[in-house]
Amino acid sequence: MLLKRGNKAWSGGGWWFYYLCMRLTGGDAKPLVLRFGQTFDRMLGFLKKPVVVTAEINMNLMALTVMGLISRLWGLSYPRAVVFDEVYYGQFVSLYMKRIFFVDDSGPPFGNMLLALGGYLGGFDGNFLWNRIGAEYSINVPVWSLRLLPALAGALCVPLAYQILIELQFSHCAALGAALLILLENSLITQSRFMLLESILIFFILLAVLSYLKFYNLQRHSSFSGSWWFWLLLTGVACSCAVGVKYMGLFTYMLLLAIAGLHFWHMIGDQNFSNVSLMCHFLARALALVIIPMAMYLSFFYVHLTLLYRSGPHDQIMTSAFQASLEGGLARITQGQPLEVAYGSQITLRNVLGKPMQCWLHSHTNTYPIRYENGRGSSHQQQVTCYPFKDVNNWWIVKDPGMQQLVVSNPPRPVRHGHIVQLVHGITTRYLNTHDVAAPLSPHSQEVSCYIDYNISMPAQNLWRVEILNRESDTDVWKTILSEVRFVHVNTSAVLKLSGASLPEWGYRQLEVVGEKLSKGYHQSMVWNVEEHRYGKSQEQKEREVELHSPTQMDISKNLSFMAKFTELQWKILTLKNEDTEHKYSSSALDWITMDTNIAYWLHPTSGAQIHLLGNIVTWASANVAALVYTCLSLWYLVRRRRKIYDIPEGAWQPWVSAGGICVGGWAVNYLPFFLMEKTLFLYHYLPALTFQILLIPIVLQHLSDHLCRSLLLKSMFSALLVAWFSSVYLVYSTFSPVTYGEPALSVTELKDLRWKDSWNILIRKQ
Amino acid sequence: MPAAGGGQAELGPRGGPLRQRESRRLLGGLARPAAPPAPSAGPARPAALALVTLLSFASRFHRLPEPPHVCWDETHFGKMGSYYINRTFFFDVHPPLGKMLIGLAGYLSGYDGTFPFQKPGDRYEQHNYVGMRGFCAFLGSCLVPFAYLIVLELSKSLPAALLAAFILIFDTGCITLSQYILLDPILMFFLMGAVLSMVKCNSCADRPFSASWWFWLSLTGVNLAGAMGVKFVGLFVVLLVGLNTIYDLWDLLGNLSLSLVMFGKHLLARVLCLILLPLALYTAMFAVHFTVLNKSGPGDGFFSSAFQSQLIGNNLHNVSVPEHLAYGSVVTMKNLRMAGGYLHSHWHLYPEGIGARQQQVTAYLHKDLNNLWIIKKHDSDTDLSDPSSPVEFVRHGDIIRLEHKETSRNLHSHQHEAPLTRKHFQVTGYGINGTGDSNDFWRIEVVGRKAGKLIKVLRSQVRLTHVATGCILGSSGKTLPKWGWEQVEVTCTPYLKESPNSLWNFEDHINPKLPNISLDVLKPSFAEILLESHMVMIRGNSGLKPKDNEVTSKPWHWPINYQGLRFSGVNETDYRVYLLGNPVIWWLNLVTIGLYLLIAVSTAVALKRGVQLTTELKELSRVVLRGGGQITLGWLLHYLPFFMMGRVLYFHHYFPAMLFSSMLTGITWDALLKFCAGFLSHSTTARKVYRGGFLALVLLITYSFYLFHPLSYGMIGPMASDPSSPMAGLRWMDSWEF
Repeated sequence: MLLKRGNKAWSGGGWWFYYLCMRLTGGDAKPLVLRFGQTFDRMLGFLKKPVVVTAEINMNLMALTVMGLISRLWGLSYPRAVVFDEVYYGQFVSLYMKRIFFVDDSGPPFGNMLLALGGYLGGFDGNFLWNRIGAEYSINVPVWSLRLLPALAGALCVPLAYQILIELQFSHCAALGAALLILLENSLITQSRFMLLESILIFFILLAVLSYLKFYNLQRHSSFSGSWWFWLLLTGVACSCAVGVKYMGLFTYMLLLAIAGLHFWHMIGDQNFSNVSLMCHFLARALALVIIPMAMYLSFFYVHLTLLYRSGPHDQIMTSAFQASLEGGLARITQGQPLEVAYGSQITLRNVLGKPMQCWLHSHTNTYPIRYENGRGSSHQQQVTCYPFKDVNNWWIVKDPGMQQLVVSNPPRPVRHGHIVQLVHGITTRYLNTHDVAAPLSPHSQEVSCYIDYNISMPAQNLWRVEILNRESDTDVWKTILSEVRFVHVNTSAVLKLSGASLPEWGYRQLEVVGEKLSKGYHQSMVWNVEEHRYGKSQEQKEREVELHSPTQMDISKNLSFMAKFTELQWKILTLKNEDTEHKYSSSALDWITMDTNIAYWLHPTSGAQIHLLGNIVTWASANVAALVYTCLSLWYLVRRRRKIYDIPEGAWQPWVSAGGICVGGWAVNYLPFFLMEKTLFLYHYLPALTFQILLIPIVLQHLSDHLCRSLLLKSMFSALLVAWFSSVYLVYSTFSPVTYGEPALSVTELKDLRWKDSWNILIRKQ
Repeated sequence: MPAAGGGQAELGPRGGPLRQRESRRLLGGLARPAAPPAPSAGPARPAALALVTLLSFASRFHRLPEPPHVCWDETHFGKMGSYYINRTFFFDVHPPLGKMLIGLAGYLSGYDGTFPFQKPGDRYEQHNYVGMRGFCAFLGSCLVPFAYLIVLELSKSLPAALLAAFILIFDTGCITLSQYILLDPILMFFLMGAVLSMVKCNSCADRPFSASWWFWLSLTGVNLAGAMGVKFVGLFVVLLVGLNTIYDLWDLLGNLSLSLVMFGKHLLARVLCLILLPLALYTAMFAVHFTVLNKSGPGDGFFSSAFQSQLIGNNLHNVSVPEHLAYGSVVTMKNLRMAGGYLHSHWHLYPEGIGARQQQVTAYLHKDLNNLWIIKKHDSDTDLSDPSSPVEFVRHGDIIRLEHKETSRNLHSHQHEAPLTRKHFQVTGYGINGTGDSNDFWRIEVVGRKAGKLIKVLRSQVRLTHVATGCILGSSGKTLPKWGWEQVEVTCTPYLKESPNSLWNFEDHINPKLPNISLDVLKPSFAEILLESHMVMIRGNSGLKPKDNEVTSKPWHWPINYQGLRFSGVNETDYRVYLLGNPVIWWLNLVTIGLYLLIAVSTAVALKRGVQLTTELKELSRVVLRGGGQITLGWLLHYLPFFMMGRVLYFHHYFPAMLFSSMLTGITWDALLKFCAGFLSHSTTARKVYRGGFLALVLLITYSFYLFHPLSYGMIGPMASDPSSPMAGLRWMDSWEF
């Protein structure tokens, strides 16, 4: 398991992959050929010959990887306390360990699963209460292994950055610069060292970019070779992993798809390709970049749902059918219920919407007040509400209007779509009724009540037509849990609806239920399903009360297919919205470019030691300048080229354009969409965009030195400037490393000195 | 413009065996050439134009005065038209041109502005409303000839143009939307006008700087200004024209025979006509707007004190108040942020779980008694209204207490989180009858003043600092949820940034002991007014959020004609009008979009692969890619942005996109029929297929209009869900409510 995991994570660094492949395929071969950029088939060719192997190792890459590992892994289990969003992801890790179902509305499950893998490897039993940032970890929490995977991913971004620049055809020097800038970026370090998802996301994004570049560079001379396939497939796999970690990964995925589409468009114009080979190329790309990612994405959910089979705290947002498929919880109650609702059935009715909370149709002996606070009158009949808790008053009996009996006949007569029924409240034996009286809180809708005959010429209107919405034919039987039903009032054609408003004191703050006259199309608030169900046996009211109080029992199980579960869970993840409250450290997207904001991750309980998400300000500023310079220069070149004036040779123009497409494009797609989002944003959302922007710095610098510094004097001056600038990057890194690593503790004056911007919120204890 | 007849004359002889051999190399469907049946000769065009125009006017003006009561949004726009006639200031989220034109039309047709337009269903009685409806219907009728001309220009094919025109003539949705006092026909008029003049200008590209070139270019600019001036949706057509212009300029730049000076001229001409001219017109219409509306009205509170002082009848106009603030004065405080509200409080408490459970303090945009506060000294509670006590002025740097006049609670802050902006502190009303605690003390400071100076009403920009925590009173600009009556949040910010959010001025000032002095308040410049009114409009627009649990129209509903809008009448006995597109046309449009994508992609791939095409096919592919592309871009630009809008959306927002979609249908089917006809080498069969297909489409459209015309021209009798209704068989979707 560990080996496999390592395989995937290390493959970014080219030669390790071959190393591992050699170990896996020809395990006993002692001498190894390790040549950077070799292809599979050539490697297989070597197996036929005497095995003579020379090793070629890129020491730069080695050194960078080691430095990356040191910077990210050093003192990883410090602080031994819950840091920032660990409090959030930790819960999920615990739930994975306990196999309890949950819904994380922030994204797909792959990221959480990876974190849980860390916990699994460290032997975590899931017993920790994740309730407070800063809480000390108990002894059973394997802090080191929980934080290991994000840290490894963060460390591997350093060699990945190096390779990306090489593949973009820039010099080793520029590549080294890019890797070092990533290495010394405080915000990336902070984010990788805890149980958070951004570093994993960035790793997969960079891996996807790198594999696509490798694939594209192989395209020219060795299409359909082994390594061509390998890098193409890896692109798809890395993309789906990125999307699986966070939906933000979609942006990079779309960018790569667009770039691949553009490249393919150029191929279409190339007359050297025959129609057949073009078709093959197209199919290969579609397979690797569309179909495989989709399959992978589904498989994440498959694993997620297989792992989590027990019912838990988030059950209630799911439909009854989904809940019934989990072990424990609703399944325990509904197991063995009769499937078909019949006349005389005793049922509880749950509203399908589940917002503002799940609730069941409910009534109790209290009546609507004669006059409301605002002076409007009511019918003064028995209240009907929607109640968010299980209660004996949630039971209703389905009655045939033509017959008196309240028990199920033998054989049971099932209720079908379009049948007209009466609903009798089990405990009070009153009939569900609605009439032309304004509802208490939604005056445009009708009041729903349980009818009390006051003899005041207000007749009972208690006939309801059952409409099954997910029916297959018009004679479908009303089924427990599975059928989504709408109740249409026969006299007024109003529809039974949950208005979502909560009643005042007289209604015990339960939710208002109304009859909606202008039912516009389908809305979940008008849809109900039977959750608990049994065939009523007692004709006498007293007996029936006893029966209602007893738990339901019988045997049939209902299993949902994986696709049905997936669709529902996916839909819930996309539509579930947290209360949009602002966080203390939330920021707006505009603050990120200039790093006007920071996030305090952790503060030592006694000393002044603290950890902040705070970037290397020199790098951030340089990255902005680089992006600006790149855009201006490109525009200038473009206009000039349009007039057939070529400032730089064609050989340099192509890498310049593709580098811009990837780096500026990557920055833009990962940053600009945040301006359209209406969710709570944090500085760490900017990190993927920042990574791309950092890659642009050495690209622009090399371009400036190669093409704009014409004389030798200028070149050496430029180099001197570079050295000075790079020292300042290092200086800032080391200045801020105490708040990056949380060690050593700083004094109050030192902390005050670190507050370079007024908007940074560095925590200073009052003396 | 190449004459169509001439084109046909050329075609005949060239369809020989040579071309057939060539065409073997074509990919898939792009097979044999054949003479596409040519459109009829020259004089047919003016006749066709006259025909569609006539039909269009007839369909829009038919039963125009019916129903004689207020329909749907007429209640807003009719009312706003009346405001112009009465010269009363109001506030609306849209720019003023559309409503000004409605007002003008009403004024010219003899409407006197006295009808209140209270709610939909109110009878007009003797008031003259037909003039305003007629004006909108006139503009709505122009859409059809515009569409005809645009398609003709892009495709050079008379049948394509006719098809597009017929679709628009016989679409019930377009008819309904053109028949009432609404902004949409006006918006669509300018929008189509802009596209038409853009297309015309493009076809003048071979003779730049000629009179007609200048005419169409500047007309594009004028129409752009018009579209922007009616609704901000006009921005999308500005984008369309902008993209087209950039493409155009890029093309010119690549033309090396053009000197840079000439290119500069081209650039300047476009900047002049497409940027400066529209901007000038746009500004001018606001100037007219503010000049016409010079009386105080319902929109005052949305604007700053300085702005209000310009309105006749406003309490700030020619104001005469005590100049300097004194203890015991009753005041209102207005936030200096654009569209900031008055400091406000009311009896309701913050709900549980949101800070301390004390009385809410908010910012409120309307004038209200709950905006009144009394200035008191922090340390003494003597009754300052006693006429015998001496007047004591408030000075810069004083520590004061603000007591809410209606509830007698003090403005208070403490270290609890504010409800929305969690980094700030909560502001509440605290204490009973003015007795609170030391958290009620605020230091009052005037920006840029020294200690000890007096504080002036209206002119002083004041900052209130909370003494205990050091935070500053401000308004965050965020709208509170339902419990806060959707008023604006007021917080105390611990970050000491200088911004208008945390600055206030005193607006009303009542103190009987002080003499009233007429103040010549700061007159805002026109630029300031313009900026301010835009801020207010944008804020108003983004404030139109859907309520929880409300069933709202979603953008994906629109192209499938999922649900319409009730214009008039609910019950069986009412005269009912229902805004719904002619389903046959709309679904044809929907299918055509898919079809177009298919055709366009295969054509583009074929061209890229270097497949040899015949001249006719080349011309056809140019029409499909270039002309169809422009129209598709227009459709996308007018449709996709709605997916990203947070505000409440309605079905009628789709109609601009629908215009583009209909034009695309004309172009696509014409091209498709030509392709199909191309398969049949015999020119007579080909012509038959082409004519037959075209006729079938037109008949289909006409017949569906015959079926659905009561949607626009009024339905009386039982609802369609009742089998006895004349519309009974036509309720093809359950979501239609007629």
